[in-house]
Amino acid sequence: MSDATTDDPRHLRAPPRRPIRLSWSDERVRGLVWQVLVVGVVVAIVWWLVRNTAHNLEVRRIATGFGFLGREAGLPIGEHVIDYSPTDTYARALLVGVLNTLKVSVIGIVLATIIGTAIGIARLSRNWLLARLASVYVEVIRDLPLLLQLLFWYTILQGLPGPRQALNPVDGVYLSNRGLKLPWIEWQGAHTAALLALLAGVAGAWLYARWARARQMADGRPRRVWPAAVLLVVGLPLAVWAAMGAPWTVDRPVLRGFNFTGGLTVSPEFFALLVGLVTYTAAFIAEIVRAGILAVNQGQWEAAQALGLRHGQVLRLIVLPQALRVIVPPMTSQYLNLTKNSSLAVAIGYQDIVSIANTTLNQTGQAIEGIAIIMAVYLTISLSISAFMNWYNARIALVER
Amino acid sequence: MAPADTTTRVQLETAVALVPGEASAPRSPPMTAAGPVAWLRANLFSSWLSTAVTLLLIYLIARWTIGFVEWAFVNAIWEVPNNQTQACRELKGIGACWAVVTEKHRFILFGTYPYEEHWRPALVILLFVALYVVSAMRRFWRKELVTVWAGALTLIGILMWGGNTAPGLLPQPWEQLLALALLLGAGFAYVRGWIGMVWPTAALVYALLAWVGPVLDMPYVSQERWGGLPITLILATFGLAFAFPLSILVALGRRSSLPAIKTLCVLYVELIRGVPLISLLFMASVMFPLFLPEGMNIDKLLRAQIAIILFAGAYLAEVVRGGLQALPKGQYEAADALGLTYWQKTGLIVLPQALRLVIPPLVNTFIGFFKDTSLVLIIGIFDLLTAGKTAIVEPAWQGFGVEVYVFVGVIYFMFCFAMSRYSQNLEAELNRHRRR
Repeated sequence: MSDATTDDPRHLRAPPRRPIRLSWSDERVRGLVWQVLVVGVVVAIVWWLVRNTAHNLEVRRIATGFGFLGREAGLPIGEHVIDYSPTDTYARALLVGVLNTLKVSVIGIVLATIIGTAIGIARLSRNWLLARLASVYVEVIRDLPLLLQLLFWYTILQGLPGPRQALNPVDGVYLSNRGLKLPWIEWQGAHTAALLALLAGVAGAWLYARWARARQMADGRPRRVWPAAVLLVVGLPLAVWAAMGAPWTVDRPVLRGFNFTGGLTVSPEFFALLVGLVTYTAAFIAEIVRAGILAVNQGQWEAAQALGLRHGQVLRLIVLPQALRVIVPPMTSQYLNLTKNSSLAVAIGYQDIVSIANTTLNQTGQAIEGIAIIMAVYLTISLSISAFMNWYNARIALVER
Repeated sequence: MAPADTTTRVQLETAVALVPGEASAPRSPPMTAAGPVAWLRANLFSSWLSTAVTLLLIYLIARWTIGFVEWAFVNAIWEVPNNQTQACRELKGIGACWAVVTEKHRFILFGTYPYEEHWRPALVILLFVALYVVSAMRRFWRKELVTVWAGALTLIGILMWGGNTAPGLLPQPWEQLLALALLLGAGFAYVRGWIGMVWPTAALVYALLAWVGPVLDMPYVSQERWGGLPITLILATFGLAFAFPLSILVALGRRSSLPAIKTLCVLYVELIRGVPLISLLFMASVMFPLFLPEGMNIDKLLRAQIAIILFAGAYLAEVVRGGLQALPKGQYEAADALGLTYWQKTGLIVLPQALRLVIPPLVNTFIGFFKDTSLVLIIGIFDLLTAGKTAIVEPAWQGFGVEVYVFVGVIYFMFCFAMSRYSQNLEAELNRHRRR
């Protein structure tokens, strides 16, 4: 028998359309008038601003347009991921800035996630001292402005002894007012190949896991994924590296004259920014992780234990998937915050996109274009991160019947 | 019969004697199940891992505490005679040089405000704190709070600028009398319920302007000389006071069924939230002057304030929208069924409930803005953090940044910690009906 409502002829008819009356008592007319009014006011304000701006630019003889991007920048940049010299163009300088922003953001996000998760779990620990310490950390860090913390860390790093009296906590690692020096391998073609092999291995392992899962869904037999995964992720890069002659020369920092040579340098600016961003964001992430774990019902733990799952299995198979659903949306906004907060770099002299765009607009006088570039870069990054996290969130979201 | 009787009685007495708490004194549980020892066992030494963690942490905490006490108190220097910092430099970092704070605390707190007028910003700070405390008390959560805010913010303006803001505006005696009469009349009419709250509020502001300035007779201090903690409080408080109404309008607009208004609000919120505050502040400092017609100039502080209001408005709008969404649909429908207009529905039914729901997140957002006002350092406005940073520019005091930042940090921490504790208590209190 079909549903009663679909048979009812009254429901088959669309509701009658009322003709629009030209009267204030008609809701649609009111809505239209309000919208026209508001949009009109906004357009008028924008038009007024644009006209003023155009006039002011003309009076002050400020050039407009992005023509300056092709000109020689002449601004020195201390840290660059890609090759750069002051004779390069503004466009390349800005690209270096974007890459510097991305560098500190990506490393910061990874570290903040790891440290934040650890602190969040520590706050839930049954060890009273550990839990108290973690909560004091969270409370203190969250109640101090990030900019203050950055200046604090930068001051501390600047107050360190010079290279000659550098702190040497572990052999080969030097901490001085010139930054952090780490031993590093001499990068050769084989290492790049091994890195590519690692990426290929990760992709291969992921595909294999998917295939194994699909097979399990089809015939019900579970398959071991980890031997193949280890082979692909660890074995493949090692094999490639060994096949290319296994080059391994450690490049150690050595004190020559007034500074170190060799090794990997982490500049004090980058180091202070990274430490500040990571400690600050980790406190917020800790709270999110704690709330997420607490949000999983205690009954889920008990039910899983009753099924005979081990502690790790309970965490991995039962609790974490459910906690992630609560954790991911606020975590996204923390990642976005960290990326946006990296713009505070300008205060301690790390040359990120804001710093370089600011120098650019001071040199060229083209304020509008400079700020437009900053905003465009951050909007792109923000939208990309939120698009990715929305996709991830949709994947792990509760699938309801 | 008799022996049997005795046996029963004996049995009965034994049974009575065995009832706990009747014949025998109450016994405390064994030491391993309750009391400090049991607490220690359960919370600090429950397993070998837990014990190891506890011992390690005790060691670390003890080391840090001793180190900190030695640095901050034992080896510290509290005062040096007229900027002679050699004694501090000879410490070489093993002790704090609090002399920099002793010497510069007025500068850090009040910036370049004229020295002999420092009582005015000090009073302003107290006024702000009093305003926060009053606003935080639930018994004062009523419409009259708006009047209190209007009065307090007017008073703050008068104190900061001083009496003779513009000589032509100095009130005449008859104006003062008129203001007093208006205030009394409006107050009386309001108490009798004849008029709304707007009139007494306006009368109060007018009366304050007419009386406080001339009576205290303070010299004029221009905004360029303001600085330190009052600037931080002004940026945060005025920012919130203006951003909050804006955010309510935007949140309502975002939930509106009118597509054009909705699009505008979504664009505003997402654009502002997608970019860092610094870019807005840069915009305020270098682009606003280009936006305005020639000859019209807005003060730098006001431009930063506008940027902060626009920024805070977008974030608060999302918080308010959360409250609007959390309200059951039945409330909207019931209001419609009563035949209320949109603004009656919004003002009388929706907002009072929705805003109550979001008070704790609103306080948290406010903590965020309070901290974010420190970003004005980057465009050179003299707030608390900028004052701290500037205090150590002088060659004699260079290198004592840590001490100054600790001092500034303690001030920020006091404000933010109070707000955060308040928000936690409030949340617990407002959720009391949901707890079992």
